[in-house]
Amino acid sequence: MRKYAFVLMLLSPWIIGFLAFTAIPMGLSLYWSFTHYDLTSDPIWIGLSNYKFMFGIGGHADPFYWMSVKNTLWIIAFGVPLRVLFGMATAMLLTRPRRGVNGYRTLFYMPSIVPRVGSALVFVYLFNPLSGPINILLNKIPYVTAPLWFGDPRWAKPALLVLGLWGIGDAVVLYLAGLLNVPRQLYEAISIEGANAWQRFRYVTLPMLTPVIFFTVIIGVIDGFQYFDQAYIASGSATLGEPNGSLLFYGIWMYEQAFQSFHMGYAAAMAWVLFLAIMACTALLLITSRRWVHYGGGMS
Amino acid sequence: MRRAPASVRRRQLLMMVFNHAILIAISIIFMIPILFMFATALMTDTQSLSPRLVPDPFVWSNFRQVFDQIDLVRYTWNTFLYAGLSTLGVILSCVPVAYAFSRIQWRGRNVVFLLVLSTLMLPSQLTIISMYVIFARDLDWTHIQWVGTLKPLILPSFFGDAFSIFLLRQFFMTIPQELADAVRVDGGGELQILRQVIVPLSKPAIAAVGLFNFVYAWNNFYDVLVWVGENPQAQTLSLALSQFKTLHHVEWNLTMAASLLFMIPVILLFFVAQRVFIEGITLTGVKG
Repeated sequence: MRKYAFVLMLLSPWIIGFLAFTAIPMGLSLYWSFTHYDLTSDPIWIGLSNYKFMFGIGGHADPFYWMSVKNTLWIIAFGVPLRVLFGMATAMLLTRPRRGVNGYRTLFYMPSIVPRVGSALVFVYLFNPLSGPINILLNKIPYVTAPLWFGDPRWAKPALLVLGLWGIGDAVVLYLAGLLNVPRQLYEAISIEGANAWQRFRYVTLPMLTPVIFFTVIIGVIDGFQYFDQAYIASGSATLGEPNGSLLFYGIWMYEQAFQSFHMGYAAAMAWVLFLAIMACTALLLITSRRWVHYGGGMS
Repeated sequence: MRRAPASVRRRQLLMMVFNHAILIAISIIFMIPILFMFATALMTDTQSLSPRLVPDPFVWSNFRQVFDQIDLVRYTWNTFLYAGLSTLGVILSCVPVAYAFSRIQWRGRNVVFLLVLSTLMLPSQLTIISMYVIFARDLDWTHIQWVGTLKPLILPSFFGDAFSIFLLRQFFMTIPQELADAVRVDGGGELQILRQVIVPLSKPAIAAVGLFNFVYAWNNFYDVLVWVGENPQAQTLSLALSQFKTLHHVEWNLTMAASLLFMIPVILLFFVAQRVFIEGITLTGVKG
C-alpha cells in the first residue's frame, strides 16, 4: 500500500496536469462544439449544427472548410513521403565515407532546430518573385519563366515543400542511427548468395529501416494535420491562407475561426474532428504496421 | 599486414573523393539559405531588392536599426523567461514521473503509460481553445488573467510533458538494476536511488530533455500568438519577428537581420551541445 502512495506521489505532477490542462479542457470543448459561442454571451445549445455546417449537411456549408482539408491532405500526401525518401537517401550517403560523418550530420541536422518563423521568412525571401535569388537564377535559364511561388496559388505549396525539405535533418539522424544498427552479417550473408546492390537494399536495408520509417511517418502525419507556422508566415498575417486560399490549411482556418472570428463553438467542433482524424490515421498506421514493419534483428 | 594492390587502393581513393564530393555538394545546398540570409542582412535596402548577391557596401548598422525599431531587449528577455522557466518545470516534473514508469513495478503501469503516450496525438489546438475560453471569460473573477501573459505558456510545463516523460523513461530503463540494489542493501529508499543513482547517470538524457524543451519554447509560435498576440509587452521573439515582416515587408535587409538575431542563439546552442541533441533524438526514434 505504501508503494502505491509513493507511485501516486511521483505521478502527481502529471495527474494534475492531465486533468487541468488536458481532460477538463477536452470535455469542455466537446460540450462547446455543440453550441454557438462567441465569448460575449453565454453558449447556446445548437446540437449538431456546427458539425453539419462543417460537412455541408442540410443546406448551409462552410466553403472554406473543404478547401482547408484539401490543402492539408495535399501537404501530408507530398510532404511525408518526400521526407522519408530524402531522409533515407541522405542517411545512406552518410554511411559511405569512413571519416567526417559527424561533421556532415551536424550540418544537415542544424536547419531542423532553427525557429520555423525564421526559416519561413528566409524562404519567403529566397522565393520572392522579383529579387529572390532563386528566381534570379531561374530567369537566367533561356525559355524558363520563373514561377511567382508564394504569389501564385499553384506554386505556394510546392515552395513550402522545399522549406520542409530543408528541415529534414532530424529524420536523417534517425535513419542514420537505424542504418548503423543493421548487423554486418546480414549484408555478408546476402552477398554470398550473389545479391546485387538493389537486392541488398530491398531485402536487408529497407526491412531493417521499417521501424524508423514507421516512426517518421506517424510523426509526419500528426504534424502535417497541424501545419500552421510556415503557412501563417508565408501568406502574411493580414490575409490568412493567401494566395487565393492555397495556403489555407486546417490549422490556419481553425485559428481564424477561434481567435479572429471568435466562433468558439465551431472551432471546438473543428478541433474535435481534427483529433478524431489524427487518431484514425494513427490507428490505421498501427494496424497496417504489423504487415510491413519488422521488429527484431538489431532493433530493440 | 599485406598492402592492397595499387589498383584497388586507387579505386578506394576515387570512391572516397566521389562520396565526399556528393556530401559536400549537399552540405552547400543546406547552408545556402543561411548564407543568403547573412548576405542580405548586410545589404542596403535598395541592394536587397536588386539581383546583386554580394553586399556592397557592408551595412553593419542594419543590426543596430533592428534594435532601434523594435524593443528587442524586452522580447529576448521574455523569450528567455518563457524558455528557461518552462525547461526547469519540465525537468522537475518529468524526472519523478519517468521514474515511476521505469523503475517501480506497479499494476496498471503499462496502461497508464499508454495514456501518457496517447496525449502525444492530441492536437494542441483542441485544448488551447478551451483554455482560452476559460481564462478569457469564465474565470475572470479569479483575477488570474492569463490572456496577454506568458503564464499559460510556462505553468503547464511544471505538470509534466508526455514527450519528455517518454524520453526519460527510455533512458532510465537502460540503467542496470544492480546499482539500485546496492543502494537498497545500504538501507536506502527509492528517493535515494533516484537522487544517487538515476539522476547522476541520466545526465545526458536530462540534458537532452532540457535542450529540446528550451529550443521548443524559444521557437514556439502558435501558443505565443494565441496567448500574447494582443499584448506587445509580453511578446517573444518569434511573435515580434512575424510582425516585423508585416511592417517591413519590402525591407528584406532588416527582416533578414532580425531573423538572424533570432536564430543565432539557437544555432550557437546547437553547435555547443550538438552531441546532446543528436543522442537525444536517436533515443526517441530507434528504441521502443
